[in-house]
Amino acid sequence: MSRPIKHPFRLVSGVAVAALLVLTGCTSNSPDSEASGDGGGGDTKAVSANDDPGDTVTIGFSGPAADHGWLAAINSSALAEAEKYDDIELKTAEGTNDPSQQISQVETFINDKVDAIVLLPTDGAALTDIAIEAMDAGIPVINVDREFSSPFAARATILGDNYGMGVSAGTYACQVIDEKGIEDPVIAEIAGIDALPLTQDRSKGFKDALKACGQTVDNRVAAEFTVESGEEQASNLLQAAPKIDILWNHDDDQGVGVKAALDNAGRDEMTFIGGAGSCNAMDWIRDGSMAATVIYPPTQAADGIKLARLIAQDKGLSDLVQVEVPKRIVLNAPVVTADNVDEYSDLCFES
Amino acid sequence: MTQERTAPAHEGAEPPAQAPLAGSGTPQGSGLAQQVLGSSVGRNLGLVVALLILCGVGIWTAGEQFASVDNALTILRLASVIGVVSVGMTFVITGGGIDLSVGAIVALSSVWSTTLATQTMAEDYHWSVIVLAALAVGTGCGLVNGLLVSYGKVVPFIATLAMLASARGLAEIISERRTQIVHVTDFTKFFRADVIGIPVLVIIFALVAVVGWVVLNRTTFGRRTFAVGGNPEAARLAGIDVRRHTVALYAIVGLCCGIAAVMLVARTTTGSSTHGTLYELDAIAAVVIGGTLLSGGRGTIVGTVLGVLIFTTLQNVFVQNDLSSSVQAVAKGLIIVAAVLLQQRLAARSNTGSS
Repeated sequence: MSRPIKHPFRLVSGVAVAALLVLTGCTSNSPDSEASGDGGGGDTKAVSANDDPGDTVTIGFSGPAADHGWLAAINSSALAEAEKYDDIELKTAEGTNDPSQQISQVETFINDKVDAIVLLPTDGAALTDIAIEAMDAGIPVINVDREFSSPFAARATILGDNYGMGVSAGTYACQVIDEKGIEDPVIAEIAGIDALPLTQDRSKGFKDALKACGQTVDNRVAAEFTVESGEEQASNLLQAAPKIDILWNHDDDQGVGVKAALDNAGRDEMTFIGGAGSCNAMDWIRDGSMAATVIYPPTQAADGIKLARLIAQDKGLSDLVQVEVPKRIVLNAPVVTADNVDEYSDLCFES
Repeated sequence: MTQERTAPAHEGAEPPAQAPLAGSGTPQGSGLAQQVLGSSVGRNLGLVVALLILCGVGIWTAGEQFASVDNALTILRLASVIGVVSVGMTFVITGGGIDLSVGAIVALSSVWSTTLATQTMAEDYHWSVIVLAALAVGTGCGLVNGLLVSYGKVVPFIATLAMLASARGLAEIISERRTQIVHVTDFTKFFRADVIGIPVLVIIFALVAVVGWVVLNRTTFGRRTFAVGGNPEAARLAGIDVRRHTVALYAIVGLCCGIAAVMLVARTTTGSSTHGTLYELDAIAAVVIGGTLLSGGRGTIVGTVLGVLIFTTLQNVFVQNDLSSSVQAVAKGLIIVAAVLLQQRLAARSNTGSS
């Protein structure tokens, strides 16, 4: 161990060069898998007169750092949607998890006098004031996913339904319990980060829906939306509950870890339900190792861009009688099972 | 009473002054081996007691579900990744440094070793390509840290903080923030297998801990580590190449991160830039409650392993009882304080007993 090294630099640089030679071969992530559904999925949607080119509008888009498969899909589908329109000039701010940096991004948009701002705030409450400022400056703000704390901060709001996600998962669980006739079922839940309102909403929805069929959650753990934490929490959970009938995991990104833990422990007795709707989850549903997943659409920001364009061009939603774009749109949280997985797989995201 | 109160403070202040050239941190000379053993038992007794209390609580509240072999192996398996990192961390802290970049290095190694290109290469040649890639990246990052600290004269805190930021950033760039699933089935099969009922991951952890203990306590390299951490100037005057030694210490912790990355990739079947989040804090917490001096000069691998086991068992006990993660965080803080207090008392008692 203590053998003297005569030329530390030479040794070190030799190792470094050797390592570099091995490793340069390993960096590339060539885009073989790139083709599969990257969100967006606009091809399936109906085309209306609203899609005809109008006045060119400049839209500013700012969202959180894409450190998670679902958020990455949010960004990429928003960019893809803007690409489709010749009359949209998109200004994208670098994704950040720092509210103060996002505030300064919005300030820049206001100074640039953009025609509309699409904002997925890192923290809804923290970005409310600057959003009001933008609205006061005459720039419509489209609030995506995480809601502002004031109704004056946004012209339109488009949200996924976290509470509804829990309700969908719980209702599906009740249905399974009923169909299989399980007496006194063991129900387990793997939540995401507990401090976030979205996690609390999902858990509340799940609890309320279970209550409707006289059930409660027996074991609950909280992971951190990462594969590693999913695996860790699930491994402990499986020890705490030797037999599980229903397992709802809030998030398909951490679900990769949950699945690894299930495989490792050789446990497949439960009805495994996911959340969000990643492409992995869709694959598992197809091969039968997962029963269902509840969609939390990663296309919200893409819809936000579309709404921003319509608002800036003074158009309405053509399928509604009303001439103005609605103030608030809450997206549905449907359950995907083996029966309807092909319908939804175009909208899945890579985790 | 007064004696008991002053004793721990005395013990805490003693080693940095005396440890420099005396070796493993037990000052007085006679019957060295016996004293080393005696004092390390004394020092670790607090941790063993804490671990036993935790297990007692687990058995009391969750009964057979906690006491099962399966559950014990689950705890060990979950402890093994952070355990390997903590063994490396013990070296660097004993040598008077600190490494904040361990989590980021684990992330980068896991990502680099699971890119499509690496996996294709692994499928063409052998699954060990993944292992070699992770080990090379980990050691490489460690070397950079070491060179910056010893030859660049950057404070360890800052040098490794820079590595923390840039390694995780690079991991995000390479992975495009996607979770990279491992398709090389031979690799996952090997690392997720059992040998006579014991998971391979646990065996790797045991091997790393044993090798770490031998190197730190039974080799010239280990003695030099204590010397460099205790008083670098005295170590230099005694003829030790402090700079070269420091580089080696950071390379060791980097290598441990590479090993941990391989284990984590096997455990989760993925490489991801989110792997190893906050490992630096978990590893430092385990090392410090284990009894290694944060200012260097005294370190114990056994203590570190016990520290890691305490935290992993704590988490398991909480999940067994369906308690929230917030309660768990509070308990974790209390355990850190309680373990350190208990340990200081017991160490003081065993020191006055033997010398």
